Amino acid sequence: MNDLNLAELTIKKASQLLATKQVKAKELTAAFLKRAHHLNKKLNCYITICDEIAINQAEKVDQLIADNQKLPPLAGIPIAIKDLFSTRGIKTTAASKVLENYIPVYDATVVDRLRGSNTIFIGKTNQDAWAHGSSGENSDFGPTKNPYDPGRVPGGSSSGSAAALAASTCLVATGTDTGGSIRLPAAFCNLVGLKPTYGRVSRYGIIAMASSLDSIGHFTKTVYDNALVLNVTAGQDDFDSTTSSHRPNDYTKDIDRGVGGLKIGLPSQYYEKLDEKIKKTIMGAAKKLENLGAKIVDVSLPHTEYGVATYYIIQPSEVSSNLARYDGIRFGYDRSKFQAEAKRRIILGTYTLSAGYYDAYYLKAMKVKRLIRQDFVKAFTKVDALICPVAPTLPFKFAEKVNDPLAMYLSDIYTVNANLAGVPSLALPCGFVLGLPVGMQIIGSDFSEKLLYRVGYAYEQETKWYECKPKL
Amino acid sequence: MVRVQAKTMNYEPVIGLEVHIELGTHSKMFCACSANYFGAKPNTHTCPICLGLPGAMPKANRVAIEYAQKLGLALSCQVQLSSKFDRKNYFYPDLVKGFQISQYDLPFSQKGFLLISEVSLVGKMKKIDITRAHLEEDTGKLTHATVNGKRVTLIDFNRSGVPLLEVVSEPDMTSAEEAKAYAQKLQQIVRYLEISDADMEKGSMRIEPNISLRPIRHPEPFDETQDKLREGSKTKDQDSSSTTQNDRQLPNYKVELKNINSFKFAEKAIEYEIKRQSEILDQGETPVQETRGWNEAKSLTFSQRTKELAHDYRYFPEPDLPPFVANSAQISKLKRSLPELPDAKLAKFKSKYKLSDYDAGILTYERNLADFFQEAYKAYPKGQPKRLANWLIGELAHQLNEEGKTVKETSLLPASLAELLYMMDQGKITAVVGKEIFAQMIKTGKAPRSLIKDLKVKIISQDELAKIVGAVLRENPQAIADYQKGKSQILDFLIGQVQRQTKGTADPNLVRTKIIEKIAKDN
Repeated sequence: MNDLNLAELTIKKASQLLATKQVKAKELTAAFLKRAHHLNKKLNCYITICDEIAINQAEKVDQLIADNQKLPPLAGIPIAIKDLFSTRGIKTTAASKVLENYIPVYDATVVDRLRGSNTIFIGKTNQDAWAHGSSGENSDFGPTKNPYDPGRVPGGSSSGSAAALAASTCLVATGTDTGGSIRLPAAFCNLVGLKPTYGRVSRYGIIAMASSLDSIGHFTKTVYDNALVLNVTAGQDDFDSTTSSHRPNDYTKDIDRGVGGLKIGLPSQYYEKLDEKIKKTIMGAAKKLENLGAKIVDVSLPHTEYGVATYYIIQPSEVSSNLARYDGIRFGYDRSKFQAEAKRRIILGTYTLSAGYYDAYYLKAMKVKRLIRQDFVKAFTKVDALICPVAPTLPFKFAEKVNDPLAMYLSDIYTVNANLAGVPSLALPCGFVLGLPVGMQIIGSDFSEKLLYRVGYAYEQETKWYECKPKL
Repeated sequence: MVRVQAKTMNYEPVIGLEVHIELGTHSKMFCACSANYFGAKPNTHTCPICLGLPGAMPKANRVAIEYAQKLGLALSCQVQLSSKFDRKNYFYPDLVKGFQISQYDLPFSQKGFLLISEVSLVGKMKKIDITRAHLEEDTGKLTHATVNGKRVTLIDFNRSGVPLLEVVSEPDMTSAEEAKAYAQKLQQIVRYLEISDADMEKGSMRIEPNISLRPIRHPEPFDETQDKLREGSKTKDQDSSSTTQNDRQLPNYKVELKNINSFKFAEKAIEYEIKRQSEILDQGETPVQETRGWNEAKSLTFSQRTKELAHDYRYFPEPDLPPFVANSAQISKLKRSLPELPDAKLAKFKSKYKLSDYDAGILTYERNLADFFQEAYKAYPKGQPKRLANWLIGELAHQLNEEGKTVKETSLLPASLAELLYMMDQGKITAVVGKEIFAQMIKTGKAPRSLIKDLKVKIISQDELAKIVGAVLRENPQAIADYQKGKSQILDFLIGQVQRQTKGTADPNLVRTKIIEKIAKDN
């Protein structure tokens, strides 16, 4: 298995190779591990690479194949896991010095399901510490580099996951999206990234950022691959009372149905001040979908402009409470190990919840949150899905924004509203500008992931941006 | 002569109680760990959730919520149809998440009351209003120790996450006795509902009194001169016909007491506080608003920390737990499922069974005993309730004390006691034998009939007894003559004679009756 072949693989292809015994799981795993080690020096995607565990898992899969057992859907597929996910027996740091030595005694529900599907854990990926960031530069273990241009950020907070996958050191990578932390890195790294409906995937065992906004998703090279993984992770969990009893679909079924008859909206507020080059790229994608049979319509989401302010009140408030358990008594190091961005958000959030300010900030923001959601609900009575930009800029250079927190926060301008509304959004590649990836997002109503995949698949098959590879 | 004007300043205590009740559920409030931690090895009832590990999330215990609603209903509260949990944020080593999941503005129950017996007036009840009852989770337990020569604080998280029901009263109590009566009544109701063993020694019931004093002004002693002067300067606010003039406002401070492990300590601590505060007020100063601990060894309260007027807990709704919505049908169903409560049971025991205040009070103090009485009486309808009551209050209590058990812990059946009483009523066995059999009944749970067989108790039949009575009377004509002359003490002799023949198997009272009847019949 040479490197070139690894970069060509998708989950679909790899599963086929394993099932038809053209390659052994152990062989495949060893190749991915080697590549991971090799590229990690340059890109810093992984905090931990799980050689021994991965080989053990691969051997189990080979045994299943040898015994002609029915293979679970993701059996033998190498996966990179964001270091926010609790993995039993494997160091979990949230990319923070506070948890530098923390080894969980239990698995997150999603991790448990992935283990049950016999995936191979390549490693735990780098990220902005505590998921606080949009570039990966807030990691306590050094930033991750964008495989398409190592002088630029891969996007955050799921920086390591995006880079690890874009560099083909795995076939799927998990992430979390609270204000855009999957969609932004997906757009910056030419990947498919899903932010599911809030409550679609269990948050249990995943280090909480903002409990009312966190959405658990994943990156893949292709839309079909993405649907395959959602089939494993979606569904109600008794341990997470905010998961929905809404039954998950089979997300791969009818994925190729096409977009004929669908109405797709372009919210005017998202395109007003958008960078011209990015706007052109996304409009081109919309045109493609029109040619494929969709109707493109203008819609309005009037409360769009309040999104960032609302988000940056609600999220730090909940962060300040969620980070209170890190006192260094039962596990980890003490609070002096929190770095600048974490401290910033804890202080902000403590303030917005404090007596005399709660009404003006947190309560007010929760009310605006509802208005933002109503915008989407209203829009979805007119259209089936929305297409929006993901990032206001191309992948930016290191140090460009990190010293201006507010500028960094504004990177989230097109992504936060989906989190505030709780609706699902699928980010996928729609082209390159100046050699750098550009992504768009398809936003749908609650639990419409199946529809999002359908639209994404149709566009993807026409354009096949996943065939572009970074030069590594 | 100079008249001394003495202005006496008295104070009326203003007492409220915050009571924490540890619910007797199997599991903790937000995880499946066992809530029954008493006596367990430290840190053996823990899991990621109650340890507050990264990523852990709460799962609400439905039984605990039901218990909370039940108590709310029993206290005549308004039960909230739509309720939620909130985060109470503060840092302390025994609080694993750095916040406690509690309830802020939508507790499960609000605005109820309970009745206590008026301390001064027998038979009269005083209403103590209850502000709210809400659910929250308990913290871990800190212990100070020396390990390897170093002073350390150890933390046991077995208690972390155990469900607590906090009941807050209005400051309606005006004395230590009233406070104690309230606490005891609340404990009784909680135990009746079987939602907690509410044991102060085990820590499953904790009391925190809030105490302050408000001045009561008494008028000066009567003085004609002063009276005339006062007449002149009387304003329309002053009513010279009233004997007291209370300031009905709440005092501008309050002191919270902690570390009280029994009702007795509560009473002592409150009384001490009342005295301490009145001394400060007498100086013209205001007691500091603070938390004070009770030191039993020294019989005093000491300052623990200054309680700010309102600690900023930065409450916000718990995002990991969706709001709870019950419908009125569910609440009605729950209300119907409540057992008969102490006040109603007491009233019933007095009216239906015609028992005295005292007897009814003892029998209904514990639900198990009251239920036992009612069940036993069902099997003893022809008997006197008073007789049954006496056996339970007297003999049963005595035997339970010996065994160190409660009635529920024995296998004694109500119907068995009824059977035993009938046997004694019919004279089949004597009271002495009856007591022996009763002791065995409690130990073994067997019915009287089978125990009589086992113990080979001799039962004398009515015919046999008549024969013996007849024979004894025939042998003692002089005694009969003496009796008829009025020497009624001679009966004891005759009874003794009969007892000798029956070898003590006949009930003496029955024998007495039979002798009297026979003498009257034959003569």
